[in-house]
Amino acid sequence: MAISKVREAALPSLLAASGLIAAACGSSGSSGSSATTNAPSGVSIGFFGALTGPNAQLGINIDDGVKLAVQQYDGKAGLKVSLVNLDSQGDPSQAPQLAQKAISDKLVALVGPAFSGESLVADPILEQGQIVSVTPSATNPALATKGWKFWHRIVGNDNAQGPAGAEFIVKKLGDTKVAVIDDQSAYGQGIANIVRQTIPTLGGQVVTSQSVDPNAPDYSSTVNAIQSSGATAVYYGGYYDAAGRLLKQLRDAGYQGAFISDDGSLDPKLISTAGTAESTNTYATCACGDVSGTPAGAAFVKAYQSAFNTAPGTYSAEGYDAANVILAAIKAGNTTSTAINSYINSHSYSGITKTITFTSTGDIQGGGIYVYQTSGTGFKSLGLVSKLVG
Amino acid sequence: MHNFVSQIWPSIVDGTTTGAIYALMALGYTLVYGVLRLINFAHSEVFMVGTFASLFTLHALHINYAPGGIEAIGVFAAITIAAMAASGLVAVGVEYVAYRPLRKRNSSSLANLISAIGMSFFLQEVFALRYGRDLIPFPRILLKNVLFHIGNAEVRSDMVLVVGSALVMMFILDRFVNGTRLGRGIRAVAQDASTAVLMGVNIDRVITLTFLLGGIMAGVAAMLYGTFYEVTQYNIGFVIGIKGFTAAVLGGIGNIRGALVGGFALGLVETFGGAIFTAQWIDVVAFSVLVLVLLFRPTGILGESLQRARA
Repeated sequence: MAISKVREAALPSLLAASGLIAAACGSSGSSGSSATTNAPSGVSIGFFGALTGPNAQLGINIDDGVKLAVQQYDGKAGLKVSLVNLDSQGDPSQAPQLAQKAISDKLVALVGPAFSGESLVADPILEQGQIVSVTPSATNPALATKGWKFWHRIVGNDNAQGPAGAEFIVKKLGDTKVAVIDDQSAYGQGIANIVRQTIPTLGGQVVTSQSVDPNAPDYSSTVNAIQSSGATAVYYGGYYDAAGRLLKQLRDAGYQGAFISDDGSLDPKLISTAGTAESTNTYATCACGDVSGTPAGAAFVKAYQSAFNTAPGTYSAEGYDAANVILAAIKAGNTTSTAINSYINSHSYSGITKTITFTSTGDIQGGGIYVYQTSGTGFKSLGLVSKLVG
Repeated sequence: MHNFVSQIWPSIVDGTTTGAIYALMALGYTLVYGVLRLINFAHSEVFMVGTFASLFTLHALHINYAPGGIEAIGVFAAITIAAMAASGLVAVGVEYVAYRPLRKRNSSSLANLISAIGMSFFLQEVFALRYGRDLIPFPRILLKNVLFHIGNAEVRSDMVLVVGSALVMMFILDRFVNGTRLGRGIRAVAQDASTAVLMGVNIDRVITLTFLLGGIMAGVAAMLYGTFYEVTQYNIGFVIGIKGFTAAVLGGIGNIRGALVGGFALGLVETFGGAIFTAQWIDVVAFSVLVLVLLFRPTGILGESLQRARA
């Protein structure tokens, strides 16, 4: 009895303490904005995502990209833009109060939420508060199906990889007899099923369709089925370890056609598992872009490096582009969220990762999927699938 | 289905190859079961350690290419001995640490089972923490050249190596158990442990020998696996272990020749199951066949015969 009483007494105080901590974190994050929100010549935009916690690196990458965009903007324009950080710690349970804070801080727009889980919780609140959100990284396809008017996404969603992979195979590689294999996971089978549906619509043919156990050591029956089906391309939906072993066994059996997979396979370990020679004629799609090849992208990499003493990370360039989409609207004289929203919905923005045009659902037009080809022991970007097949 | 005819010969060749590895694994389960009436669930980790031993031997010898001639023989001898030694030692070590103390206290078979699972986790985690959880590639030490054709199936050098080595090892083991004095000890304990002790058989030594033999077979399987599939991982033994155990039961657990039959039967059932019903049905087909066989022959294809063998 005594123990349980102590526990009951301790619980509220713990809750109060965690609330205080959250409040303290929140106020320190917004200190920059409170001075400027009332100023007539300034607007506040936000970054919503994990800056602390186990998945913080992705959020920090994006936030640094956003910071750089805001810094570069401030130098050029008269209207002052300040940045408010909303640190979600990647935790969906933190998201509602942060979304409320975005409303009470009178943010006009924000970059984020960074993750799909927190997006599902925060976006309905942001929608109600009419705050424009542009996510650079939340790829759950369901987010585009909610009918949100203020929500936007500048990367391809998980579903976009399927059609992009199918288009690349049939239209770019010219392979019409395709074997489609998946690993029975929600992710791999989901993408592979879309490839299976898309290939016939492009004039191709799925000559064999198999689901393998990603933990099985031996894929010889799948390899035999692919070989006897006469497939000239193999699509694999899943992750790099099983993809690498399947690829190796295919090449060992004499298969010389193309091997295409998704971003779960976009890892140098695919090549180390399959072998360098076996990994030729091998491709992977990804919503992530490699920007270093273009002059604007190279300038971004250089500026990022000098500002943060580190190379841009995953989704840094997307964070930079997402912020610039919002800043372009502000630069055009839009200072309210509704004005910004209608501006970015009706204007294309030419970013460093891609040209950003939103569809009516808020998703990016053309899917925004890149394709990578193996090169030595790594992958090199071939560019946007929509450009390669266009 | 329309492609099935063209897959018949390739399925036979591939099924025989994977079946050879299953059969070598099945021997470890079958030997221990024959002597101790115990399924050694740590046997999959005995195999895993063997794959790492052959990989580290290749690293130590700086072999990252396919050697030829006399060098090839030396390299294969080295990795085979390393894998057999490592797997044999681990198998004996598992017996010494996880089973012997329990056996001395006449514990239940359930306690042995939990002890085996504990050893399995322990070994997996040690290797995962030390070498990571990703696949670790092997260098290609045997060029996968096509040697000849059977029907429309290509038979590659690595397949010949796997099947040939497995058959040789199984022949040697069969001769050892059925034709030597030490082997007679194993059979005596399998037949009736308490009588064997009264007749002067040192049961602890027989049990150690049994684990050692099972470990050596797993070591050969590990070397062949590394050469054939060219990867390893901390949990690589799990699936192979399940398959080896299934093959042992299919052929008749406790029966050395049954392990051979069961291994090849399981390999062929899997590839044909995959060829006929596509890959996602492989395990369904394989275990349906297992259940059907056990319905009609509860002791497996050849029956439990190690303990009934005459000296």
